[in-house]
Amino acid sequence: MTAPLLEFDGLRVSLGERPILRDVTLSVHAGEAVGLVGESGSGKSMTVKSVVRLLPGGSTVDGSVRFGGIDVGSLGPADLRRFRSRDVAMVFQDPRATVNPVRTIGDFLTEVLRDQGVGRAEATRRAAGSLAEVGVDDVRRRLSQRPYELSGGLLQRVVIAAALLTEPKLILADEPTTALDVTTQEEVVAILNEQRRQRSAALLFITHDLELAAAVCDRIAVMYAGEIVEILPADRLHDDARHPYTKALLGSRPGTVPPGERLRTVPGTPQSALTAPAGCVFADRCPVVESACRDLHPPMLSVGSGFAACHLLSEEVR
Amino acid sequence: MILFLGRKLAGLVATVAVASLVIFGALYLAPGDPAALLAGGHQPNPAALAEIRARYHLDDPFLLQYWHWLSGLLTGDPGDSMVLKEPVTSLIAARLPTTGLLVAYASLLILILGVASGIFAGVAGKAVDGVLTVTTTVLMAAPAFVAAILLIWVFATKLSWFPVYGSGTGFLDRIHHLTLPALALSGGYLAYVSRITRTEVRAELTSDHVAAARVRGLPRRHVLRRHVLRNAAPPILAVSGVTVAALFAGTAVAEQAFGVSGLGSLLVQSAARQDMVVVQAIALLLVAIFVLVNTLVDVLNAVLDPRLLRERS
Repeated sequence: MTAPLLEFDGLRVSLGERPILRDVTLSVHAGEAVGLVGESGSGKSMTVKSVVRLLPGGSTVDGSVRFGGIDVGSLGPADLRRFRSRDVAMVFQDPRATVNPVRTIGDFLTEVLRDQGVGRAEATRRAAGSLAEVGVDDVRRRLSQRPYELSGGLLQRVVIAAALLTEPKLILADEPTTALDVTTQEEVVAILNEQRRQRSAALLFITHDLELAAAVCDRIAVMYAGEIVEILPADRLHDDARHPYTKALLGSRPGTVPPGERLRTVPGTPQSALTAPAGCVFADRCPVVESACRDLHPPMLSVGSGFAACHLLSEEVR
Repeated sequence: MILFLGRKLAGLVATVAVASLVIFGALYLAPGDPAALLAGGHQPNPAALAEIRARYHLDDPFLLQYWHWLSGLLTGDPGDSMVLKEPVTSLIAARLPTTGLLVAYASLLILILGVASGIFAGVAGKAVDGVLTVTTTVLMAAPAFVAAILLIWVFATKLSWFPVYGSGTGFLDRIHHLTLPALALSGGYLAYVSRITRTEVRAELTSDHVAAARVRGLPRRHVLRRHVLRNAAPPILAVSGVTVAALFAGTAVAEQAFGVSGLGSLLVQSAARQDMVVVQAIALLLVAIFVLVNTLVDVLNAVLDPRLLRERS
């Protein structure tokens, strides 16, 4: 197997004394789509942001994030800019907040290309082409419009077009559909996935939606309280999930109970890396917890088609 | 856009119209008999008094008097000064260039120094920000007349860099004469604009779209210019506009303190002499300029941020 495009190696991030990420080890290969799922506050966003070094001020980083074998943390300002400009692109949750509200769509699409030295006419031509590819019509008019004149779904397509425009090797998508209308969510994700496949760009995709992750991604990584607790192939998600947390998440989807019945939930409230127990991070809410779980931190074990970090699996593996 | 301009223009006319009524009404109600003042002496001749009353329409009902005044204004003749016996138009025309120059000078100081120091305080570290915060606090707290006395004492009396008194002749000499008044006039406003700029720049720096622009690998300078300053500009412009508009009224203190013969000092002197015709004309002129500058700023802001155009439509 070739070296991964993106590697998180024992990544730990803390803000002052507060841990945010406890131990993230994950790799993304060229052209591969990896889904990052988990409840709010589990550190999904922070994991993705650490790739482009978009961490809050005063945070300390241990371990490393490597892109193409190079430690992102060691990049100087010029190299970091170059890396952000050419190698990765990010699609944020809320296009309204992340596209400058007073400048035109054309400005937004072309500014990175222009900065890379592409001429105005050529940049505009490429921007128009990219917009057309993500299914935006009336492209000429769109280029001179401003964000408030576009619907949320359309604006997120613009953001995706901008992300594709620089031909990045990796696209980071931080819940790209959460702020959108339910009916446009699927469309937007489908376009993002189709276009990045055509360009064989890798995708790191954050979502709350397990079904969506399974449909779009090759592999799924489940996060809880700043740790990855299970990684498995997307098509084996339903059959091979071994970690109690993944099972609980799968059990709480609307489709698992007959219509009209109360939905099942994961008992307890989501925990952050700060409040999670010292042993297994899921021990407080785990339905099958044992005494060892509270004291010992479970190692990541290779089980079946994937990996999971749970004490209860260790006997099975042996 | 045309609808927006029409609405702004209508608002401008309405504001000036209401202001004219208020200005005229306030001075009509003010105590003292202008006729007695004009006739002079302790026991004015009743015939002379009647003659003055008839000439200035002082016995007419209020609304009729207002109409006389307003129609005079609209035909370009606001009347003659009661004391100086000169047409108000020539009194104002003689002083307007000096006041205009003073206001332009002070405005440039406010906009250049205020906005630049605000950006600097917003972008630079804690030490620079702290120094600028203390400086602007002192400037904001010091009234123009205190600043004027201090400036005269240091730069005119002790160092003799600038003249103490007068308006000067010729462009460069005028600039030389107006430097201290402009400094005294701009101090507080400059600090205010600087603070607003700092706050707006800070807010934009922490916004999501600026973070997104950084993640796209855009150079720091580009992000600062095209995203931070571009978006911070409308509120800064709005505050600067009000400030510059207010400068015309502020010239009263600075011109008096430095013996500059301008509109502000004419207003103060005329008020002291109860020269109502002049006071009314200048007061209305100041209101008109204030409203006009504000309207211009509103239009400019709508160009910068077209969202403002559709807000009420």
